[in-house]
Amino acid sequence: MSFLAYQDPGNPWFSWQYVRDNGDTILAALREHVVLTAESVAIAAAVAIPLAVLAYWFRPLTGPILAFSGVLYTIPSLALFAFIAPYLGIGERTVVVPLVLYALLVVIRNSLAGLTQVPADVRDAAQGMGYGRFARLGRIDLPLAVPGILTGLRLATVSTVALVTVGVVVGHGGLGQLILLGFQSNYYKAEIMTGTLLCVALALVLDLTLLGVGRLLTPWTRRRAAR
Amino acid sequence: MSATDTPIQQAITWLNDPLNWAGPAGVWDRLGEHLWISGAAVALGCLVAWPIGVWLGHVGRGGGAVVVLSNLTLAIPVLALLTILPLTPIGFGKPPVIIALAVFAVPPLLANAYTGVREVDPEVSEAARGMGLSGGQLLRRVELPLAVPYLAAGFRTAVVQVVATATLAAFVNGGGLGQIIGAGFGLQNPGQIIAGGFLVALLALLVEGIFAVMQRAVTPRPLRRARRGAGRAERAAPAAIGT
Repeated sequence: MSFLAYQDPGNPWFSWQYVRDNGDTILAALREHVVLTAESVAIAAAVAIPLAVLAYWFRPLTGPILAFSGVLYTIPSLALFAFIAPYLGIGERTVVVPLVLYALLVVIRNSLAGLTQVPADVRDAAQGMGYGRFARLGRIDLPLAVPGILTGLRLATVSTVALVTVGVVVGHGGLGQLILLGFQSNYYKAEIMTGTLLCVALALVLDLTLLGVGRLLTPWTRRRAAR
Repeated sequence: MSATDTPIQQAITWLNDPLNWAGPAGVWDRLGEHLWISGAAVALGCLVAWPIGVWLGHVGRGGGAVVVLSNLTLAIPVLALLTILPLTPIGFGKPPVIIALAVFAVPPLLANAYTGVREVDPEVSEAARGMGLSGGQLLRRVELPLAVPYLAAGFRTAVVQVVATATLAAFVNGGGLGQIIGAGFGLQNPGQIIAGGFLVALLALLVEGIFAVMQRAVTPRPLRRARRGAGRAERAAPAAIGT
């Protein structure tokens, strides 16, 4: 690591001094990042899981639903911001809408995979016991699809945390604000690195939290894994 | 353009102005930059990811590492790499942008190359070995040809992703069509913002369409049905395995 010695001592990659002096700014950025992520994933889940159930019940709908969300997913994030910003203005709402649209595909695809993996004999048994469509959904299909749904939510959360940074284009990029501001403030490395590290750490923490929630919701998979 | 026009009308006006298309920083210029950056990034990604993925699939090891890598890159903001790389010894200009985009092209390329070679029917490789093929011959004559559909699916996913991500290069003034949107936000010109968004979205959908056709063309007919939709599914699949 001797090359560090040649670097400009005034601009280190990380500095506790910076973190101490700008604690409020960093916390505000982190808070905005968490709120934007939570809102986006929650809305996406509220829309995507019912859509997945719809596609599960009425198989012909699967193609159109997946194709539509696939097209939305292909459109670059900056383009989505560009379409929405002139109408919703420069605010947090403009950031949430594209993030929701992106998370949709991931959650729908994985929830549907989870639902279709419910074994046919389990479904038949439920039918034989007199479960109606909704009772079966609530007590059989959805609980068994939890691993698939949670995989979708985890992937959506991790990619949303990374995507929030693109919100800097309308001034609400959470930690992305630190990253871009650091770059524009004469390449202030400590600010860029602090934003980046917090971003990756946030993704990791949220991912592990959802993993833990999944474990709690599906005790039967743990017993199987323990052999 | 009158102030009472809706943003959409302003966008159409913007797109109809030949001055916005010609010259440096015109649409054609930006499109050229965009395609050049994306092409270089995908090429670099292939150069790195394919040999490693094919080798790992051939020896049948490292599946876990592939999953961890794709999950990890999912968590890294593009913006972070775009701003950090120019400050390293790589320096400013196009190279840091190309490298940053290549990083995001690697996971789909790697995962599909690995899966493609790994998923070759063991009976086929057994038969090939029984016929006296060496490890290298087995790889070249049996495993690689059978992995082509997967390689094509990964290539398509990577290209679409890189072309979409290249838009963000505008944040660090790295060129490409994103610059039009970025400049539109700077000028507070809703017409230009929407026009830029339209061009970027159109390019992404066109590229997706073209490479979907290409993927179909290089996939031998008997393999088509079974591997349908491998492109995007393969991207989500490795991560799903790791859960």
